[in-house]
Amino acid sequence: MGKKEKERKASAVGARLNDKPQFSKNLLTILMVAVIYAVVSYLVYSGSASRQLSNMLISISVYIILAVSLNLVVGLLGELSLGHAGFMSVGLFSGCLFSIATVDMMPIALRLPLAMLVGGLVAAIFGLLIGLPALRLKGDYLAIVTLACGEIIKNVITNLDFTGGALGLDTSGIYSKTKTLLPFAIILVFITTIVMMNLKNSKHGRAIMAIRDNRIAAESTGINITYFKLTVFIISAFFAGAAGVLYGHSFANVKPAAFDYNMSIEILVIVVLGGMGSVRGSIIAAILLQVLPEALREFSDYRMLAYSVLLIVIMLLNASPKFAELKGRWSIGNLIRHLRKNKAQEVAKHE
Amino acid sequence: MIHFVQTLISGLSLGSIYALIALGYTMVYGIAKMLNFAHGDIIMVGAYAVIVVVFQLNMPAFVAILVSILVCAVLGVTIERLAYKPLRQSPPLTVLITAIGVSYLLQNVALLVFGSEQKAFPQIFNFPPLNIGQVSIDGITLATLIVTGAIMVLLTLFINKTKLGKAMRAVSEDKDAAGLMGISTNRTITITFAIGSALAAFASIFYGATYVYIKPTTGSMPGIKAFTAAVFGGIGSIPGAMLGGILLGVIEQLSKTYVSTLWSDAIVFGVLVIVLVVKPTGLLGKQINEKV
Repeated sequence: MGKKEKERKASAVGARLNDKPQFSKNLLTILMVAVIYAVVSYLVYSGSASRQLSNMLISISVYIILAVSLNLVVGLLGELSLGHAGFMSVGLFSGCLFSIATVDMMPIALRLPLAMLVGGLVAAIFGLLIGLPALRLKGDYLAIVTLACGEIIKNVITNLDFTGGALGLDTSGIYSKTKTLLPFAIILVFITTIVMMNLKNSKHGRAIMAIRDNRIAAESTGINITYFKLTVFIISAFFAGAAGVLYGHSFANVKPAAFDYNMSIEILVIVVLGGMGSVRGSIIAAILLQVLPEALREFSDYRMLAYSVLLIVIMLLNASPKFAELKGRWSIGNLIRHLRKNKAQEVAKHE
Repeated sequence: MIHFVQTLISGLSLGSIYALIALGYTMVYGIAKMLNFAHGDIIMVGAYAVIVVVFQLNMPAFVAILVSILVCAVLGVTIERLAYKPLRQSPPLTVLITAIGVSYLLQNVALLVFGSEQKAFPQIFNFPPLNIGQVSIDGITLATLIVTGAIMVLLTLFINKTKLGKAMRAVSEDKDAAGLMGISTNRTITITFAIGSALAAFASIFYGATYVYIKPTTGSMPGIKAFTAAVFGGIGSIPGAMLGGILLGVIEQLSKTYVSTLWSDAIVFGVLVIVLVVKPTGLLGKQINEKV
């Protein structure tokens, strides 16, 4: 490599690090979430939201958090976790038990955040436990281990007495309406989104992506693989657990059997549809996949069928070079670039 | 003591089914190097094929068995062609997600076609039970063990002695180098899928004969457990799959009898996690070194 070329490359890298497209992208995502929540909050609190919509809001928020946190493992670390529902379940039961125990002691404004913290921390401990095998395994084996851990968690919670067993935990004492839960949901969604986006654009995030792209190369540049892999699993589990607590408060009864392998797959479908590694994509896909089945109720038999077809088709399209070319040509980013270029040309003409 | 022996025999019955499924898994995983999540669901399709042929077309049992083998083999090859072949060069994550999609697709198509209620599997075999002293072994258990053992021997011979088997071993070792030696990688992998899926048909027949009731989700759990068995025995190793399957079946049955039915799934999956973490190469598997 000639010296000139080296310099050019260095300056190109510098330029990429110096300009702020990442920042504006993040801002766009935050704005998008803010606008959506501003609209729905207005609808809910002015009383003009339909019952159907307000019932869905909490579960949409929960799925956004689940998808964004799973995206950290799947998109950034490049490993498949099929036990995300298990983390959610652990968090849900521990957080809700805490909430039930303290229901007379604290107002909800204090109790729910504390319960989320408890649920998140317990889930994070499980994330650490499941992250440990992840240090030795990757790919198919790791996916199977996470699946197995999810099933073990489900099995254990179903068989314990203090979690209500197979009949489910009676959460009617802590059940809250959408109007009460929505502010907490919004805050949690914002925290998750901001943490994930900042992580992705930080030194840590780049280290995680380096591990995804080439573990050995990453290790030889001094990246501590143990630390980063565990961090990913812990953070991802923490948010799944916190989301679980929120979810638990929106029902009068929760059954552990609901948080099985199928639910993990459902979250995975959201991540894949939104684009692996894309926070904004996960948010949009979570909203779509919650609203569409509700809107197309008469086709509900075909919902899971459609999910499976979606998974296959997206994977096949992503692998096909022709589609990548088409996507590049018709992407929104390209459109904006095109418009900007035209504008710049016009400005130049005027001058 | 009799109780213990009888438990071991029930474990053997369960384990021989796992072993039969695990043989198919280990074939495909060993050669195509991909986890075919849909393998368990191919078993479910094979079982439905038998039910349709026997009850709706009123054909004799041996026709049903042949149809089931054919349906499974064709299905396996079709899935490979449409879903897995375009992803040969893709990262493992992509292939894995696609395989999960295929598994779901088969389950949901079966759900739409056959409905969610379970259907009875026809009684196609009628073997007398074998009594040794006070211990009795079901005829079907013996038949499953014999068939699984025979398939294991045949597969081992096929892989080690035939030209096609040699090609499979070559593809498994290094796809590119095998291609340079004039082996058609795609054809070899297709044949692997055909054989693996035909084995799934055998598994479906013996599963149906043992457990009688078939649902669209029948295949997924035994599929995952059989994968556990294949890993336990050492993935890619054919005798290992048989050993792993039988051991896993015995462990599951022992935990059902002596611990609790409720905890048996947790115990089986616990075994899986421990095996994968402590000895990912399994009991009879080869050590694979990672190249830089």
